[in-house]
Amino acid sequence: MAQQDAMASAASRLAGLISIRDLDIAGIKRIMQLSDSFSEVLGRDIPKLPTLRGKTLAIVFAEDSTRTRTSFEIAAKRLSMDVVTLNASQSSLKKGETLRDTLKNLHAIGADAFAVRHSSAGVPAQATRWLPVPVINAGDGCHEHPTQALLDCYTIRQHFAPAIGAGQSREPVSSLRYARNGTAGTEPDSSGSTASIGSGVAQTDLECFKKLRVAIVGDIEHSRVARSLVAALDILGARTVLVAPKTLLPRSQAGWPSEMSTSLDEVLPSVDVCYILRLQRERGTGMYVPTLREYYSYYGIDERRYAMLPDHAVIMHPGPLNRGVEIDNTVADSPKSLILRQATSGVAVRMAVLYLLLGHNTGTWKADDRSVGALPRDNTGRDTTTESTSQIGLPEAADA
Amino acid sequence: MHRILLKGGTVVDSTGTRKCDVLVEGNDISSIGEDLPASRGVLVLDCHGYIVSPGFVDLHTHLRQPGYERAETVESGTRAAAAGGYTAVVCMPNTDPAIDNASVVKDILALSANASCQVVPAGAITVDRAGEQLAPMSEMKDLGVSIFTDDGRGVQDAAVMRRALEYASGLDVTLAQHCEVEQLSTGGVMHEGEWSSRLGLAGVPREAEEIMMARDIALARLARARIHFMHVSTAMSTRLLQHAREEGLRVTAEVTPHHISLTDAMLSDYDTVYRVNPPLRTAEDVYALRDAVAAGLLDAIATDHAPHAPEERDIPMDQAPPGMIGLETALGVAITSLVKREWLPPHSGNVSQDAEASEEGVRTAPIGIAMLIGMLSQQPAAIAGLDAKHGGRQGGPLQPGAPANITVFDPDAGWVVDPASLLSRSRNTPFAGMKLTGKVLHTIYEGELVYDNGQATR
Repeated sequence: MAQQDAMASAASRLAGLISIRDLDIAGIKRIMQLSDSFSEVLGRDIPKLPTLRGKTLAIVFAEDSTRTRTSFEIAAKRLSMDVVTLNASQSSLKKGETLRDTLKNLHAIGADAFAVRHSSAGVPAQATRWLPVPVINAGDGCHEHPTQALLDCYTIRQHFAPAIGAGQSREPVSSLRYARNGTAGTEPDSSGSTASIGSGVAQTDLECFKKLRVAIVGDIEHSRVARSLVAALDILGARTVLVAPKTLLPRSQAGWPSEMSTSLDEVLPSVDVCYILRLQRERGTGMYVPTLREYYSYYGIDERRYAMLPDHAVIMHPGPLNRGVEIDNTVADSPKSLILRQATSGVAVRMAVLYLLLGHNTGTWKADDRSVGALPRDNTGRDTTTESTSQIGLPEAADA
Repeated sequence: MHRILLKGGTVVDSTGTRKCDVLVEGNDISSIGEDLPASRGVLVLDCHGYIVSPGFVDLHTHLRQPGYERAETVESGTRAAAAGGYTAVVCMPNTDPAIDNASVVKDILALSANASCQVVPAGAITVDRAGEQLAPMSEMKDLGVSIFTDDGRGVQDAAVMRRALEYASGLDVTLAQHCEVEQLSTGGVMHEGEWSSRLGLAGVPREAEEIMMARDIALARLARARIHFMHVSTAMSTRLLQHAREEGLRVTAEVTPHHISLTDAMLSDYDTVYRVNPPLRTAEDVYALRDAVAAGLLDAIATDHAPHAPEERDIPMDQAPPGMIGLETALGVAITSLVKREWLPPHSGNVSQDAEASEEGVRTAPIGIAMLIGMLSQQPAAIAGLDAKHGGRQGGPLQPGAPANITVFDPDAGWVVDPASLLSRSRNTPFAGMKLTGKVLHTIYEGELVYDNGQATR
């Protein structure tokens, strides 16, 4: 059996992040809290931490990508990891080596974790059976793209949580950023405060999802982004409505906790988030949609549809954009667009995932006393708790 | 001369069930009766508590030779067959080269001279199984080929299939169809449904099978021909069969052990061993197939034993070849699923909650051992033209003077499938680690004990 490959996998270790369904609300909350901390770090003059120094992330992409690959790379480097990036086109996969052999060799050479993208659904899950170290699904076929969904939810929370937080007049992002020290709006002190991360406050943040209605528009059936996002929003309590022509809606509606609609115009006036998927043009038109022009007429977000959105609504897109196919040029750059915020969030969220898998893999995504109170040692063997300036135990200017 | 006395077993064949001894001398059964004496030089096998049945006949085995010898050979595959209680296998023509002409048939028959069971090559319906030009069926028939199929593919073109049916009906051979409309199935790796949607894997809808089956039932009517449907996998397919039977068409069908025991939920952790064609369906289909068995709509259990070399397993799902081995587990899976009506494996992944709920509505009485033996032996032998009626030596009944092709099994023995102990050259069993009830103990092929309690002896 393939499981025998994962000889070193102790029962108390997370094998990776393959699917959003690996997480529950406590796990998502934990990742959000850590992402807050890392966002703060990323705002510093020297946005780098020594936390995972000496660890190596192998980024293995058997499918093209710009933003996800770069985002993983920067996230790992901000944590002082070494990074090796392998693209299928330049690897021995082209020489007929199986992916399994490639991955096992990379591990033998020294990779401590993998971020894997592949055009076939299930490859990252298979890789967890081949490798005794954590595997992060960086997008597998039409299955899932869990870090994308997490960064999307993080972006949504950044935008909506402060505004919705009943009666609390906090500044949006800055208050979240420092709330973990118990005092909204203050800089983290350097006393090594033992206050736990965002107790109560973060819970309120996640409450905002319960009031949200998110439309996901486009090629749902073939979208790993949609599968992960729907799952994450379901866990967080948001309502989702999937909008597409019937050919691009899920073939089986069972298992999708969503409304489905073929009419974007009916849906738009009542959504808080309009999440637009890329129309996968490489699938060819004529099969799923008659023409790109017809698709744009009925499902493209043009200025007319932009105007139908409620004032407070936002527009999101996982990229890459097909300007003029699913989204109008001006809409993509409009004030309602969170598209670049999504890209920014990606780094902090992926840092959080790497940290939980490599820095402090307790076998659970949930926050527990140990993971919040006791802090990880860095690789010099120093106990970072005694030196740290912030709750995750990390010096301010690590890369001195 | 081999002499074997099967002592104290329960003989079950098409003539009924009785407790008696069976004496084998040479290639044949010399006598049957109570308390037959064990004379000197006779190998006595204690069969108390066991079933003695005609040797099993598999209508659907991939022996992989010529072309894919790393996965299986005639030698290893027929040993696996003997271990599963089979005394004859029909080997599929999707070899390299395909079995589409007399010389490849001759090669396989030559390879089979010392095999552990009878090997019956199935000829291709069309040249290179390409679905365009009829293969020379008469030439192959003259070498003993009695069944033709393009298995692995269905004949896509209705006109070609019509001509094939007409041509075959004049030769009194069986055409066996792998029903799959490729326009609907291409790219699919599993059943299209809730699980494929969840897993992001491309699906094969049931209709890919049903549309071709409906077409071929109509074509069989048009050509006034007989047709056999391979590996039936959906509830609607069983209704199509019923309809054709009621109309009086000469339609037979087989079902695999995996389609009556496993569901598409098995693919949930992307283990390519569960990729098979037609795909594992839902619990609803499994129940419908079991009901169709009980109703007599499905004539045979056929394994679709499809060995693959180990390096073909740990690869992406869409690159993995479909198919699973099944010769050595068929009896156990059939007894567990059809006689005991249990689910495999006993963990919840296999059956969804919905199916459990609907179970009450569709559950019919389990089938008996005698009916099961009919589906493993007499009926497939008749479909492939290997029974006594067609001048063949398979399928029983067990009586003095009849060929000694015999299987002895314990219908109550529980065992856990250990891939390492299988005699097939390949290990791609979907039943690894699962507990089955029903185990083959001895297989006698043409009077010779070819399988004895875990050992292939030829």
